[in-house]
Amino acid sequence: MAERVRVKTMMPPGHVRTPAYLRGKTGTIERPLGPFANPEQLAYGLPADKQPLYRVRFSMAELWGEAAECPTDTLDAEIYGHWLEKV
Amino acid sequence: MPHDHHDHTGLSPSGHPYRADNDAPLTYWQRMEIAVRELMIEKGHLSAAEVAAQIDAMDARSPANGAAVVARAWSDPAFKARLLENASDACREMGFDIGTLHLIAVENTPETHNMIVCTLCSCYPRNLLGLPPDWYKTREYRSRAVREPRAVLREFGVDLPPATTIRVHDSTADMRYIVLPARPAGTGQMDEDALAALVTRDSMIGTGLPRTP
Repeated sequence: MAERVRVKTMMPPGHVRTPAYLRGKTGTIERPLGPFANPEQLAYGLPADKQPLYRVRFSMAELWGEAAECPTDTLDAEIYGHWLEKV
Repeated sequence: MPHDHHDHTGLSPSGHPYRADNDAPLTYWQRMEIAVRELMIEKGHLSAAEVAAQIDAMDARSPANGAAVVARAWSDPAFKARLLENASDACREMGFDIGTLHLIAVENTPETHNMIVCTLCSCYPRNLLGLPPDWYKTREYRSRAVREPRAVLREFGVDLPPATTIRVHDSTADMRYIVLPARPAGTGQMDEDALAALVTRDSMIGTGLPRTP
């Protein structure tokens, strides 16, 4: 069983690579991608922490509810570990 | 006859608007690029010829590179397995200079159709496919591809049955994506060069299908 995670709903300012439409949504980890420098620091020339990056798979039903074109279609996105919480 | 007496406003004889000359002041980043480039040349770190050669190399990248990778994967099952396992290494193995690009190949099958978008900006596997098409960078494509991919695909002429699962990939961070389209029927005898000619740019973004022979 794939690990279920939820994208945090925080709304920090700055160079954030977590799309707003995924915040608060629950998906499963499709694959881990390894450690990558945190763009929220990197974008400003600051020393950047390494964060684990994951490909997270969401169902269209989870993202769009009743408005989904086809509820079982999926969307995969790369999300850094500090944006995810276990469900 | 000298080309200096008529007015370049309105429409050209072929009915298209004339493109305005770029007489506006330089933007901040244009000035920055010129300043950095001239300093680098003045200090002897680069020559103007090297800058021009790099621009040439970047402009030479085209979907033909990706098409060669797809054709190899269609022809060689072991290569296809390596491509799906680690697409960056598989492309380097073919001799493509993809730099530090982290590439993931996603495979179309009778059950699954993949499609690539970057909702945040315009991330695209340029090292392998060249510059992205203008529509890829539009707010319309970026917003609709994740919300109604089937409607977008129909506008591209790709009408998929409900039984096919669509997987949209949003390039939000460090990875770039290429779709490995399904090999068209009736291509059993074709060699890699002939197969590569069937692979379109859009078929590697997932908004199109390969040509059929």
